[in-house]
Amino acid sequence: MQFSRRRKNHVANPQMELYGHALQFYGKPPLENISLTEFETFAVDRLKLLKIVESLGVSHVKLSEPYKHKLEYESKVLNLSHRLSTVRADEYEKRRKDHISHFILRLAYCQTEDLRRWFIQQEVDLFRYRFNDLYPEEKLEFLHINNLQYDRISAEEKENLKSELVNSSAVISGVVVEDQDFYKVPFQDALDLVRTRKVYLKAGYVYIPHQDIVAIVLNDFRTRLSKALALTARSLPAVHSDERLQPLLNHLSHAYVGQDYSNQKNVGKISLEHIDSLSGKSFPLCMRQLHQALRENHHLRHGGRMQYGLFLKGIGLSLEQALQFWRSEFIRGKVDADKFDKAYAYGIRHMFGKEGKRADYTPYSCMKVILSNPPSQGDHHGCPFRHSDPELLKQKLQFYKVSPSGVSQIMELVKGMHYQLACQKYFELTHNIDDTSFSLNHPNQYFVESQKVLSGGKDIKREKDPQSSQETAAARRSTPAQTTEPGTSQELTETTADLTPFFNDA
Amino acid sequence: MSSSDYDPACLPDLLPLYYRRLFPFFQYYRWLNYGGVQKNYFQNREFSFTLKDDIYVRYQSFSTQNELEKEMQKMNPYKIDIGAIYSHRPNQHNTVKSGTFQALEKELVFDIDMTDYDDVRSCCSAADICSKCWTLMTIAIRVLDRALRDDFGFQHLLWVYSGRRGVHCWVCDEAARKLSVAARSAVAEYLSLVKGGEETVKKVVLTEPIHPFISASLSEVERYFKQYALKGQDILGRKESVNKVLALVPEDILFTVWLLTSVAYYYDTTSFLQHTAKKNQHFEKEIMLQYCYPRLDINVSKGVNHLLKSPFSVHPKTGRISVPMDVKELDTFDPFAVPTISLICEELDQPRTGEVGEKSEDIKENEKDAAEKRRMRDYKRTSLAKYVKYFDQFLDQMASSWKGELLRKSDLQKEF
Repeated sequence: MQFSRRRKNHVANPQMELYGHALQFYGKPPLENISLTEFETFAVDRLKLLKIVESLGVSHVKLSEPYKHKLEYESKVLNLSHRLSTVRADEYEKRRKDHISHFILRLAYCQTEDLRRWFIQQEVDLFRYRFNDLYPEEKLEFLHINNLQYDRISAEEKENLKSELVNSSAVISGVVVEDQDFYKVPFQDALDLVRTRKVYLKAGYVYIPHQDIVAIVLNDFRTRLSKALALTARSLPAVHSDERLQPLLNHLSHAYVGQDYSNQKNVGKISLEHIDSLSGKSFPLCMRQLHQALRENHHLRHGGRMQYGLFLKGIGLSLEQALQFWRSEFIRGKVDADKFDKAYAYGIRHMFGKEGKRADYTPYSCMKVILSNPPSQGDHHGCPFRHSDPELLKQKLQFYKVSPSGVSQIMELVKGMHYQLACQKYFELTHNIDDTSFSLNHPNQYFVESQKVLSGGKDIKREKDPQSSQETAAARRSTPAQTTEPGTSQELTETTADLTPFFNDA
Repeated sequence: MSSSDYDPACLPDLLPLYYRRLFPFFQYYRWLNYGGVQKNYFQNREFSFTLKDDIYVRYQSFSTQNELEKEMQKMNPYKIDIGAIYSHRPNQHNTVKSGTFQALEKELVFDIDMTDYDDVRSCCSAADICSKCWTLMTIAIRVLDRALRDDFGFQHLLWVYSGRRGVHCWVCDEAARKLSVAARSAVAEYLSLVKGGEETVKKVVLTEPIHPFISASLSEVERYFKQYALKGQDILGRKESVNKVLALVPEDILFTVWLLTSVAYYYDTTSFLQHTAKKNQHFEKEIMLQYCYPRLDINVSKGVNHLLKSPFSVHPKTGRISVPMDVKELDTFDPFAVPTISLICEELDQPRTGEVGEKSEDIKENEKDAAEKRRMRDYKRTSLAKYVKYFDQFLDQMASSWKGELLRKSDLQKEF
């Protein structure tokens, strides 16, 4: 048996064989023992990275220069960059961290549909960025290592389909068709290309030039991860029984939404008669729009009922109040009391966790409103800064008495795709303050902050400038790292308690 | 003439008759069993019923065709919905460990509803339809049927009239039934061109290059546009609708259009607009698409567990049966000629007039009992006959693929 001679010469460290490439499909879980400290640090660092991936994805076009630049910078800071380190030993450590941190987050994010969806989305985006950044040889090497083979079409078929191929994508020219190999792949393996109609589709197959093979790889990555998470979810009870891990995993899975406004501390503090005036004063634009549409049409479609209904729950409406509210409005329209009780009441009770699987649904965050379920004909939900025609948005803002200079500031932000910042600007202009002290990411947060301003008054108006508040936040973030020590579960609980301010800060 | 005879109050009397003597259970089971290729496919299928007084029951499932018949005849549902095939029998889902009861497969479905076109039709709104706006459904079917077949390679499409204001499409290919949620949503997005809600004025924006799918869909739309939009809907004939069209046209073109429309009454806009159109502006195409391109509800198509109205279900408000539509006769389909439950029940009482070409040898002899044979003769005496016949043809086409599958499987097990 002569294993040692078979080892490739350039691999000085035998462990590098485990990580033959900077990128991987995360097919095999790590098999080593790690300390609890590493467990935490790795997980937290990767989570930070995924959150950065998420926010960059909203405010930038993915794979644009600024996007790539920022993401590379942040990856380096967290020691999760895929680019080769200068020191070989460092490279191994980095790949190991990437591997382990991914699997730890799987444990935290496999538990619910929402968590899974979020995790998959960010991991796919991260993978897309990294793969895109590889040199062509490295890309080929990746395909080779992972045994990805696709059907090539003949030159004749290519020639016959030339005009369709050219017309199917802005990046495919006649030259590309002539020069590159084209592959025929079942459409189920290229969903992202199909979804955006960036590819030629015939009889269930998409035709892809070699340069675009990345989309297929991404789809593959997404499918594998999705299946793996479903499997992980089933083995979770065993993991949860380990007391050392459970607190940390719980913290991790709540971190990405920060406050989810699902606790019912403030139930019953709002009275129905105030909703109209509250909608003008303290509702973010999306909810104000929904409320107005509801009052005007005495009806809202499903998407609108969900978004607005859950928001109302978050501001403190009780189930009885909600039923009364929706019922009295719908009755003014085409729905009679009987029909309401049969058709719509069920949905409202469902929202409050009183029906079906009894899940207590949380009000939608800005991310969710902006990214999922875009409105179509007859809908009023979504984020006005994202989904409304710019002209109509302008008119609406003017109608709500925003000054012309304010309107143009907002429109600038909208043009730059900074929807949440635009909403924050709207907050500032309608509350007559210079700077919000918070970073907006949830409609209910808008409401809470608004109520603070309107009732607390003076001391909130001139907040300490954004610079210093960021500094204090950063200072708080660095403390937990200094207090981590490996050891007993007691210490771990203390450590995780120290992490709480970090997570709530998000 | 049939619609005026229908009275929703009569449903409790008509439904028992319908389910006992007219509902095509044999064909229905033949469809949902899919040739018995997969074990428990029919048994694990969820049905939901809406009963009298709006009582809604989910997670109904049946072991055999007979059981389905007996239950339906007992409950006399006002509405029937079909859901997914689950991992376990839906009527036993409470006994299954939480988390393991899952929707596994279902046909890929589409729901086109006329209310989604309210911003572009002037003749009706909300639940009303007329022969003028029905063309929108015809266009939708043409566009989607072509795309699902030519682009996606699907072959077994069942188009069904919903009974009031829309149509449904059931894509029954095996590959379609096995699609994931992500795949279904990708297919639906590929097929979507009209985007935006109340707050969006211009809902279709085209950029170079024009994808072959869009060109092919446009050809389908163009076939009907002149007759439908310019004559039927008269979009250039009234000031408000002209303004709506103009809102979609770039400003530099508007002056020319204003000039010309104030002088003459235009029908053939496409050619004159092409003269003035600059390169890369496709507004005449965008206008046609915004007015006519199918509007799908993505949420209906996305979910594997989504419940959709069953073919041959009755629409309680109109009394019309949700009948399968023969695409070969699409241009002559008239939603107002679709039989109502009261019509076909009435026809049952009439003496046999000897339908042409309908003989009982058409039916397979084997396991049919007398009641079954009688029921088959029954529906053939009514206006429902042609729709069931078309459904039969659809099933025959699919059956050859099942035979192939069964042979393959038995080969694998070496059973002969």
